[in-house]
Amino acid sequence: MTESTYRIQGATGEWEVVIGLEVHAQVTSQAKLFSGAATAFGAEPNTQVSLIDAAMPGMLPVPNRECIRQAVRTGMAINAQINKWSRFDRKNYFYADLPQGYQISQLYHPLVGEGEIEIVLDEKNPGSSTKTIGIERIHVEQDAGKLMHDQHPTRSYVDLNRSGVALMEIVSRPDMRSPAEAGAYLSKLRTILRYVGSCDGNMDQGSMRADVNVSVRRPGEEFGTRTETKNVNSVRFVMAVVEHEANRQVDVLEAGGKVVQETRLYDPDRNETRSMRSKEDAHDYRYFPDPDLLPLELDDAFLDECRQSLPELPDAKRRRYEEQLGLSAYNAATLTADAETARWFEALLAEGARIQKKGDGDVAKASANWLLSELYGALNRLGKSLEDSPVSPQAGAELLALVADGTISGTIAKQVFEIMLETGDSAPTIVEEKGLKQTSDTGAIEAAVAKVLADNGDKVEQYKAGKEALFGFFVGQTMKAMQGKANPQVVNELVRRALS
Amino acid sequence: MTNLTDLTVAEIRDGFRAGDFSAREVAEAFNANVAAAKALNAFIVETPEKALEAADAADRAKAAGETLGALAGVPIGMKDLFCTEGVQTTAASHMLEGFTPTYESTVSKKLWDAGAGMLGKLNLDQFAMGSSNETSYFGNVISPWRRGGGDNAALAPGGSSGGSSSAIAARLCPAATGTDTGGSIRQPAAFTGISGIKPTYGRCSRWGIVAFASSLDQAGPMARTVRDNAILLETMSGFDPKDSTSLDLPVPQWEANLSSDLKGKKVGIPKEYRPDGLNAEIAALWDRGIEWLKDAGAEVVEVSLPHTKYALPTYYIIAPAEASSNLARYDGVRYGQRDLPDGAGLQDMYAATRALGFGPEVKRRIMIGTYVLSAGFYDAYYTQAQKVRALISRDFEQAFDKVDLLLTPTAPSASFTLGEKQADPLAMYLNDVFTVPASLAGLPAMAVPGGLDSQGLPLGLQIIGKPMDEQSVLNAGLAIEERAGFTARPEKWW
Amino acid sequence: MSIDLQTVKKIASLSRISVTDAEAEAMVPELNNILGWVEQLGEVDVSGVEPMTAVIPNKLRLREDAVTDGDVRDKVLANAPQAEHGFFAVPKVIE
Repeated sequence: MTESTYRIQGATGEWEVVIGLEVHAQVTSQAKLFSGAATAFGAEPNTQVSLIDAAMPGMLPVPNRECIRQAVRTGMAINAQINKWSRFDRKNYFYADLPQGYQISQLYHPLVGEGEIEIVLDEKNPGSSTKTIGIERIHVEQDAGKLMHDQHPTRSYVDLNRSGVALMEIVSRPDMRSPAEAGAYLSKLRTILRYVGSCDGNMDQGSMRADVNVSVRRPGEEFGTRTETKNVNSVRFVMAVVEHEANRQVDVLEAGGKVVQETRLYDPDRNETRSMRSKEDAHDYRYFPDPDLLPLELDDAFLDECRQSLPELPDAKRRRYEEQLGLSAYNAATLTADAETARWFEALLAEGARIQKKGDGDVAKASANWLLSELYGALNRLGKSLEDSPVSPQAGAELLALVADGTISGTIAKQVFEIMLETGDSAPTIVEEKGLKQTSDTGAIEAAVAKVLADNGDKVEQYKAGKEALFGFFVGQTMKAMQGKANPQVVNELVRRALS
Repeated sequence: MTNLTDLTVAEIRDGFRAGDFSAREVAEAFNANVAAAKALNAFIVETPEKALEAADAADRAKAAGETLGALAGVPIGMKDLFCTEGVQTTAASHMLEGFTPTYESTVSKKLWDAGAGMLGKLNLDQFAMGSSNETSYFGNVISPWRRGGGDNAALAPGGSSGGSSSAIAARLCPAATGTDTGGSIRQPAAFTGISGIKPTYGRCSRWGIVAFASSLDQAGPMARTVRDNAILLETMSGFDPKDSTSLDLPVPQWEANLSSDLKGKKVGIPKEYRPDGLNAEIAALWDRGIEWLKDAGAEVVEVSLPHTKYALPTYYIIAPAEASSNLARYDGVRYGQRDLPDGAGLQDMYAATRALGFGPEVKRRIMIGTYVLSAGFYDAYYTQAQKVRALISRDFEQAFDKVDLLLTPTAPSASFTLGEKQADPLAMYLNDVFTVPASLAGLPAMAVPGGLDSQGLPLGLQIIGKPMDEQSVLNAGLAIEERAGFTARPEKWW
Repeated sequence: MSIDLQTVKKIASLSRISVTDAEAEAMVPELNNILGWVEQLGEVDVSGVEPMTAVIPNKLRLREDAVTDGDVRDKVLANAPQAEHGFFAVPKVIE
């Protein structure tokens, strides 16, 4: 664990920032937490609403097993305590996006207790400095509906499509001390949720959003009064909120003022936070156990299934890539940073090992390098993501196999890859059709070497006089004469022999 | 010719099947009685066409030789707390005036599916909060009973199922649905000389019933005989996956297994239910009840339920707390009344709408509930009440280690004059002193008429049973019914 | 614990029920009467007693994750005091 040295330099000295995040993550499920209405994004208003979600008189909630299962799996992924006995409580308040007049949540007995997440402080050097952020709890609750303010001059419109969608609220300890740590925590949490499959992590669609609690203090002193900035929906914005809010609080304190405990909103256009109109009774939610629901009791079979269905998680995967596949710390960290990349990489690896009849470890380095440089470079150029890559892991593995068995050189491989991107043809087909196969035909290469040496008699003299650096020149000229298709090792060998 | 409206549910069912009369004749007879009884104000909405529709369907099915539903040919009244598709459902509140559900409650659907027809939606205390049916926005329900000796004072039919009790006693319907949160089936049954059973919590689905207090609300039938209650309860009960608190148990054949032979049964008499100052006529009826049960073969012993005196205060924390939250949905946004004063914002609209839509007793209970859940008071009131509730429940468990049933009075007095207790909410609350404990413990409990008091008004006895043991409760009810020979009926004045 | 006029007004506001001063004043003794009466529960010894959770022993069932409901906008909006363009309409909310 490394202590953060992030400080705000105020007029009166240094200030330390204390940050805690409450992340709301939409649970991946077909239907809502307590009703059978759909959860898909982007439907027509009020079409994904059951009579339960609209809180019609006499309607009752029945919980969705998958939502509970995903929250439990998420808890297991952060090494958290899973509470076999939990309860749903009602949080009572009046708002137009809250049809029941209460949100069904879990205050007194959450499903998931204490856990932790390890974050990396130096991305360039992932192995060197890490920090553990405590998770206080994860509970399951209903999302609210949505208010639209722009459709009518004097009215707001209510869409209940989101009303009742399952959320996990993941509450961290106030363990972060800089904007970078807050960003790293949120990124890592999103990585874990995507690995587990419990949340798609799409912050731009509102599937994940963070309430950012910020306070400042003199280093080492007691916590200061915090503010909570609601519904921040990107990693970048979270970092901006921390920075802005911490500086604002320092300004307030240094001017002799007091930080007011309040709810604030972030305005990304102006990059500032502002106070929400405070509601006098906002803090009296009158929580009590929901009498429409019994305590939630989980048995061992349920928990076993949750545990067994967990995939290999990012930290374990990163360690395995380093220790068993021999990848660099940086490559291992990059490949495991999101589930899709790791999944792609492992498909590439499996296919490569199969084609080349080798172990994963034997093809890992070449596969990692190609993915992170060649493929990523191409995707960047094309403005595409791995998910819609024009080249499949199978096709990539075929290309790498041709390099590995000496059929083509690395240089030719780059050309072949470009053609693959354009045409979608397989590497063996392209190599075959374009006659790009690397030659180890010593006769042809010997002839080319002889011609190069004959054409450059002066340089041969210089070489023999001791200018050994010219060796590369002869090799290069020979390769050029062979149009790149000569096996470089054979060329090396024959040039050396001809000059000796 | 038989007066069809004097028949019991069993008699209508069997007579219709035997061809003694058509279902339509029955429906028309009850429709006529309903139409002629406006003075009782038992119905909020009358639906004669629904009754006829179901009757005609039953007649056709019978003519075609099809299998008949358990309640084919039987018209009933529906408490206006059950959501009925296409028929206004108000909970007797201005708040829901004009609300027409697009769905049918599970219990009412089961009844219609069994062939029953709907005579109308019965009046009740607003949101089922009350013990005299004086809190309805649609006016007081009047009991068909009057004190003897030319006293024409309008009497309370009990509450909250006062429309149900009044209508059954006045032969406007042979049976009706009720709901019981703290005594709302049993106390009105006792006040009007009929029977009613609140089954074990979870027997009847709460889906589609306007909620008052979720952990207490339970639907049940009301009718003139124990057998009729058994018949209706069989149809109304059953597992409903849409209600998380529904009991996943098969429905017993309560009617087929009715037996008034109580040999081998032990009946407990809880001594805490006989406080100093208990109405002497009630006490005397209770003693007669004990003799009747002994006569039926039961052994009677005294038992103790030490936390009885705390049941009412416990109830008056838990029920309002749940109600304050359950009634938060009435906000003028999605259904029901909306009051939007000029220039009002959203929160002003809520406050105005709820001030307009809720009656005084509903407001009172919402405010009490809000207060006992509010910051700083939750543990002292609500948590404490849930602990005492656990103790009350434990009292029953311990008593049921020794006995099979408990016998108590249903209410501390006979019906009272409308208006008599309106000024003092506490005096009104005390009406439920004998019914609330079983509600808190979720136990099946039944009211059966035992006789008339010196003023000629009905008095009831209550039988409380073990969880899921409605059969023993019904059997003891039958034993009392056979021995009490209660045949009194209100003289028609309406 | 006895409540005063200000508390009554606060509860009314928390309950979103508008009350006139006269109504609030009338409620003070009424609510105090009831609250004073329920406070007798404080005398019950509840040490070691867990608050009641399920009225009748029963387990919370979980349903399968399947879309079985929704797509009933007409039914959802049928009773709305004000519905426009498929939405419920409320007075403009300023956030």
